Amino acid sequence: MKYLGIDPEKIKIGSFDFTCCEGCQLQLANKEDTLVDFLNLLEVVNFREISSYRGEDYDIALIEGAISRQDEVERLKRIREQAKVLVALGTCACFGGVNQIKNKFEIEDVVREVYGDDPVETLPVRKISDVVKVDLEIPGCPVSKEEVEKIVVDLVTGAEINFPKYPVCVECRRKVNTCVFDLGLLCLGPITRAGCGAVCTSGKTACIGCRGPAEEANYEEFRQVLKEHGFTPREARERIDFYGGLPEMVIDES
Amino acid sequence: MIYKVIGKDEFRKLIEGLIESNETFGPRQVDTGKDGQPIYQFRKVDSFDDLELDYNYTASSLKNFFLPFKELLSRYAFTDDDWEQGIEYRVNPRVIVGARACDINALNKLDDIFIRGAFPSPYYMARRNNTFLIGMDHMPPEDCFCESLGELTVRQGFNLFCTDLGDRYYLSINSSKAFNFLKKVKTSNPTAEDDRKWIERRQLIKSSFQTEVETDELPDLLDIEFSSPIWKKWGDKCLNCGVCAMVCPTCYCYGVEETIDVSLKQARKERQQYSCTVVDFAEVAGGHNFRPLKEDRLKYRYYHHYHGFAENADQQICVGCNRCGRACLPGINPKDVINDLILESGDDV
Repeated sequence: MKYLGIDPEKIKIGSFDFTCCEGCQLQLANKEDTLVDFLNLLEVVNFREISSYRGEDYDIALIEGAISRQDEVERLKRIREQAKVLVALGTCACFGGVNQIKNKFEIEDVVREVYGDDPVETLPVRKISDVVKVDLEIPGCPVSKEEVEKIVVDLVTGAEINFPKYPVCVECRRKVNTCVFDLGLLCLGPITRAGCGAVCTSGKTACIGCRGPAEEANYEEFRQVLKEHGFTPREARERIDFYGGLPEMVIDES
Repeated sequence: MIYKVIGKDEFRKLIEGLIESNETFGPRQVDTGKDGQPIYQFRKVDSFDDLELDYNYTASSLKNFFLPFKELLSRYAFTDDDWEQGIEYRVNPRVIVGARACDINALNKLDDIFIRGAFPSPYYMARRNNTFLIGMDHMPPEDCFCESLGELTVRQGFNLFCTDLGDRYYLSINSSKAFNFLKKVKTSNPTAEDDRKWIERRQLIKSSFQTEVETDELPDLLDIEFSSPIWKKWGDKCLNCGVCAMVCPTCYCYGVEETIDVSLKQARKERQQYSCTVVDFAEVAGGHNFRPLKEDRLKYRYYHHYHGFAENADQQICVGCNRCGRACLPGINPKDVINDLILESGDDV
């Protein structure tokens, strides 16, 4: 497939899952109307959702999930050695995601709650960049296939990769949605990076911050906004803690 | 202008006829707020009963019917050694019912930019010229200050404007299209009693404003108060979320983005409504940001609205609808910012 007379090089990818639901990788196999075009830009070397072939000759490694076991640490380091570019794919890989809620509790309690009398070995949850060098982070729970397509096109055409710097509110208002604060919901849209197309708020549910912080998010004023809208510090903290992507939004519960 | 009077039953027939043969938009209730109050937006209507003509305000303005938040400007089709550009700005005729005077005045300001300006936009023109616009007066919401900006009445930029006289509307007919449509329903010439009621209604609306903002001296005041501490005070509250510009009926700043399709066979150029309060509004290639501080971005939004246009085009671009003030979660609103500025300048003396 040529682009302006030039035959672009295919991207050799390997995709790997760690502690996660594999939803982000499945997202890459979605959007069927452009799936053939998307896969035409890639040489899939290792990607169990898409192909049974298992190769080691990948240039770009997509890492889905957080790290919660010692064998994952070792596997991730091996992938890092092989990959020219390592991409943290999705909220768990970028921020720890839902898994990092575990870190708020005593690890013995967590293991007992989930596994009862059959305990497993587990570590506190870490995001990928806590373990190895990450070259690119694509946030989202799950990632937006449209955004991934754009990034892949940018890569094959040699364009700069950009994410929106502004918060979800811009995309939400572009959709002429009712602000869910007016419906009484605690929404993290004003401090969360856009790029999702405001999917949650378009469905009248609050943004829960899966894409991490917008640039220059005004945490101090946002804390004040939550207070004035009658949300308790506990409600605010629980929402903020859900994905772990907004560590600078500290809530004082005292 | 030609004036007629129409009974509300006949008006209903007129609108039903328009809805039947055109895509029609008007105020509809989209939600109920946590305070129990209805929330309205301009949406497509399928019958007269969908319309909420007694609405107080729509949360977003009419702007995006003319400047869509995202608009395809052109497509490019690539062949091996060449490419073709395709541009289309055809818009099907459509009807908007129930626009308020200040919203129509806002469109008139956009006309000055996108029709009568130095770089007319065929995209905007296509949308504007193919829209049959019916305006309707209303009692001002308590935070609306369009009267302070002289945007309470509208004399052009619409096809038909209705003044509510209780059981009938007093119609201001501003286009031959509207005149011809009205031939299909029963109207009459205004009587002396209708004229008197029209004047009464106008006076009632004018005297019902609860919010006043001193804007006459504002262009000069803004010049003088460029370094005022109030910009930092209000800027500190700004969430950089951009909603003020999104809901504003006149904010028209935009970004243009070119995207290559994943097939690599086509590309598209799209215009997106942008906001001067978001962090990368003034960021340029290479990464330099001309307005890295939120207080500066907020200040320049006010300068664009109340200063730049006043100096260049002898008008302020704000129409006083206060949609930005209502949409702003931390409560930044023109009335309080401008009053603060006036007080601050008073302290200087």
